[in-house]
Amino acid sequence: MLKSEVFDIEKVRADFPILGRKVHGKRLVYLDSSNTSQKPKAVIDALVDYYSRHNSNVHRAVYELAEEATSAYEGARRKAATFVGASAKEVVFVRGTTEATNLVRFAWGEPNVKKGDLLVATLMEHHSNIVPWQLLAKSRGATLKFVALLPDGTLDMGSFEDLLKESPKLVAVTQCSNVLGTINEVAKITAKAHAAGAAVLVDGAQAAPHMPVDIRTFSPDFYAFSGHKMLGPTGIGALVARKELLEEMEPFHGGGEMIREVFLDHSTWNDVPHKFEAGTVNIADAIGLGAAIDYLGALGMEKVREHEVRLLEYALQTLAEVEGFHQYGPLDSKKRAGVISFNYADVHPHDLATILDEEGIAIRSGHHCAQPLMRWLNVTATSRASFHVYNSFDDIDVLKAGLKKAGGIFKV
Amino acid sequence: MSSADIYRELILDYYRNPRNFGKLEKFDIDARDTNPLCGDEIEMQIRVGEGQKIEEIKFVGKGCAISQASASMLTELAKGKQLEWVKQVGKEDVFKMLGNPDLGPSRVKCALLGMKVLKTGVYGYLGAHYEDSEGSEGPT
Repeated sequence: MLKSEVFDIEKVRADFPILGRKVHGKRLVYLDSSNTSQKPKAVIDALVDYYSRHNSNVHRAVYELAEEATSAYEGARRKAATFVGASAKEVVFVRGTTEATNLVRFAWGEPNVKKGDLLVATLMEHHSNIVPWQLLAKSRGATLKFVALLPDGTLDMGSFEDLLKESPKLVAVTQCSNVLGTINEVAKITAKAHAAGAAVLVDGAQAAPHMPVDIRTFSPDFYAFSGHKMLGPTGIGALVARKELLEEMEPFHGGGEMIREVFLDHSTWNDVPHKFEAGTVNIADAIGLGAAIDYLGALGMEKVREHEVRLLEYALQTLAEVEGFHQYGPLDSKKRAGVISFNYADVHPHDLATILDEEGIAIRSGHHCAQPLMRWLNVTATSRASFHVYNSFDDIDVLKAGLKKAGGIFKV
Repeated sequence: MSSADIYRELILDYYRNPRNFGKLEKFDIDARDTNPLCGDEIEMQIRVGEGQKIEEIKFVGKGCAISQASASMLTELAKGKQLEWVKQVGKEDVFKMLGNPDLGPSRVKCALLGMKVLKTGVYGYLGAHYEDSEGSEGPT
């Protein structure tokens, strides 16, 4: 285990204004990046700059401000595309991963899924990659089944292959679990699913912010991620899909910008990806996402991943020394992102979070929008500490001390 | 107030040894609710005796110390009272019962879940509808 820094953490921390504030008189120890990440000054500045200097609508007007705004917005799209190994025409800006899965449900699912078809998700999915498929199954008379998990919190590939024998129409899988941190073998999954004739949607919300992603290496039909988990603003994310697929699909929302020509009895559609971006788009936050991608790119995603692996290994070892600490998920850091879900003795996660908050420590507690997974773990809730570029080894030491304090209060 | 004050002996005792925990064989009222924030879950059952009195009351549930202790203490408080009493109970009574801990807005919901279940059940039995307005800081 390397308790050494991949990059200068103090220098990185100085880029995040919020880390300078105190919470209950203590240094903020932010361990909830799987929920939402903090924003570097470069991202905040990009938002201020856009609203201060370039604010105007995109793709419509011909004056200078509008040209600048359009150019910045489309520039952000190119950055998002490059970030995951796609081309700009394959990137649809959406509010986030949840809107991406719902877009696929309506624009691809409704016309393509027929009565009696099978949809497949996994037991470790976030609600945003379960509920849209339940709604789709209900509206089309299809069935939704789930890939089982192995005791170590990885996917049961035997169960997956059994489901493939039933020729599913869609396989929806997360690249990385927001609870267990499990990194799924999406290349293997996609290849097998395609061989069985299924389309594949990969939820990249927890992977894209934390490790290098090149979708050309696993060729999903749909890939989704959220800006706010990768140092960008809330309200912006991307659905990435093959151009031909986007061209075949029906629009999601109807309105301005997504059309080519409108008549009283019918309309024709704008080119992709604009066909899926009805109305005034989220210009500022797309530009902010572009700034976040630049920031991550300057650090290097390989280094971001290595930084989190070192924090993860240190945390798993350090926290295991606390009696009553029980963590969920694979112990092999190669198969896992910087996420630790845990329980501590009989202290309920919400009580623990309240006690830790007093020490300036922010962790998530609850079901993490993954209630089926909570049932599989046989718990009602877990506590979760998750890392990003600005976390330090010291943050983990503070968490450990916080657990001991909670142990004292609860007389563990 | 610090968390050491919130999690006083009393609350920890009711969390680990909840009074009136379990199910009734015969009951007239059965109500259940969950708090999506914590995943807290409370179910209460009441057997109504002569003169609209709460003859027996039990609860089962899962969740944080505050929600479970609060529900348990409330069943003790309610036992033997008239059903009408339930209509008079308010959040201040629950806070007082818990020793007036300084709870943030999200944890107030934990403290009040038991009362919400009790009121929902009793109002329903009396043919009324209970509109929860306590601790509703919006969707979770």
